[in-house]
Amino acid sequence: MKEEIIIAGFGGQGVLSMGKILAYAALVEGKEVTWMPSYGPEQRGGTANVTVIVSDERISSPILSTYDTAVILNQPSLEKFEACVKPGGTLIYDGYGIATPPSRRDISIYHIDAMDAAAEMKAGKVFNMIVLGGLLKVRPLVDVEDVVHALRKTLPERHHDLIPLNEAALRKGMDIISPAE
Amino acid sequence: MKGNEAIAHAAIRCGCDGYFGYPITPQSEVLETLAIEKPWETTGMVVLQAESELASINMVYGAGAAGKRAMTSSSSPGVALMQEGIAYMAGAEIPGLIVNVQRGGPGLGTIQPSQSDYFQATRGGGNGDYNVIVLAPASVQEMADFVDLAFELAFKYRNPAMILSDGVIGQMMEKLVLPPFKPRRSEEQIQAECPWATCGRKNGRQPNILTSLELDCAKMEQKNLHLQAKYQTIRETEVRFENINCEDAEYLIVAFGSAARIALKVVEMCRAEGIKAGLLRPSALWPFPSREIERMGRQVKGILSFEINAGQMLEDILLATNGRTPVAHYGRMGGVVPTPEEVIQALKDKLIK
Repeated sequence: MKEEIIIAGFGGQGVLSMGKILAYAALVEGKEVTWMPSYGPEQRGGTANVTVIVSDERISSPILSTYDTAVILNQPSLEKFEACVKPGGTLIYDGYGIATPPSRRDISIYHIDAMDAAAEMKAGKVFNMIVLGGLLKVRPLVDVEDVVHALRKTLPERHHDLIPLNEAALRKGMDIISPAE
Repeated sequence: MKGNEAIAHAAIRCGCDGYFGYPITPQSEVLETLAIEKPWETTGMVVLQAESELASINMVYGAGAAGKRAMTSSSSPGVALMQEGIAYMAGAEIPGLIVNVQRGGPGLGTIQPSQSDYFQATRGGGNGDYNVIVLAPASVQEMADFVDLAFELAFKYRNPAMILSDGVIGQMMEKLVLPPFKPRRSEEQIQAECPWATCGRKNGRQPNILTSLELDCAKMEQKNLHLQAKYQTIRETEVRFENINCEDAEYLIVAFGSAARIALKVVEMCRAEGIKAGLLRPSALWPFPSREIERMGRQVKGILSFEINAGQMLEDILLATNGRTPVAHYGRMGGVVPTPEEVIQALKDKLIK
């Protein structure tokens, strides 16, 4: 098993931490992982992306140009990465940031209104966990239990009271993701 | 854990006595992690943010002269500033560790990954006839493992050692098994292991003097001959490399650090297409695995030097093969990291045709 994933959106959306939690959960399950952020003079509102690779075997390049799965959270990222999904791969996008939806026919496209769901939950910060829940519904790379374990390991202890909310967000994402028309 | 964080944890665990550094992207997590871990409260390791890179390297010089395991880390322009101190350490035969998490240059350049300090690292970098032992980690695990190794080599040969990493390996997170905990050496242990160290004169022994200055040119030449003999021993004993899919290879890619990771994927892609490619990954850049490259050169139809620079290791490969094997180079510059697809295309265009 090997899955090469790109997660891309605005800085501040939790793109990097979503990747980190996914990678950590895979690590807990004994898999090989790499987490490679695009870094630069970036800040909240700028673009951010991270490549996460989960594999049963030694991972070669952390730098890729094509991906099995793309998680796209804004329009500039969609324009940059839609063409980079391997034929037969998966693209997940949040409807809120997208004016021109993806148009490829040779990949599976899923739609998740995570931004709206986070607003409904009155918890904007769990946006990324809703997206992660959606990703895990369509690409069951790790168990949700291991994601919760990863949250416990990666969140500072003072935020551990937020873990149930994050877990609820994961479940919410699994419920609301749907194939794009 | 990030590669930079691994360096910091490994330093604490390998009995490092002091870290002196100045923040610079993309290696700032080294100092940040040490500040979070507060090793001065546990192992007694000193962690100090100096006022500049020049101050940092001279603190490493001072601590190393006293037989302490001292280190600094920086990124390309910061390491350029340190070259005077590194040359003085080489001249005075003071051990120490310098970590360079490279970014694009020249000058202040960019903050994105690069491997363009290969010449600076492997040719000495400062003035005079000297070499620094250079290790090139290609994973977060090696970032951790090479810290203790670099200190061992630095003290074995009384020579500065460098870990030449880059922004990819520094910023990337991977699975890591932390090395076992090793206590800091006691003063008695240091005096026993480093009789040359300037750690206080007792029992009426003669003072130890550590300096790179010698006004008598005949003596200075003797000093240089001693250094050259030492470097020859290091060349003969400390070559380190990894061979992947080389047994039946018809084309060889030579790459180190993050480029070696990309090259590993290129080898997988080549094999899937029926191209017999292999990877030779030097995990030490000085000394360089010249003999192995010469040997592989006799076996393969061509060698691609893949580096994230304009072609620096290329020169060492050309020297090793001495015109017997077709050698080409592929690289990007200024902080742009090539994709595996670009590299396989370069291999086909330049060597397979």
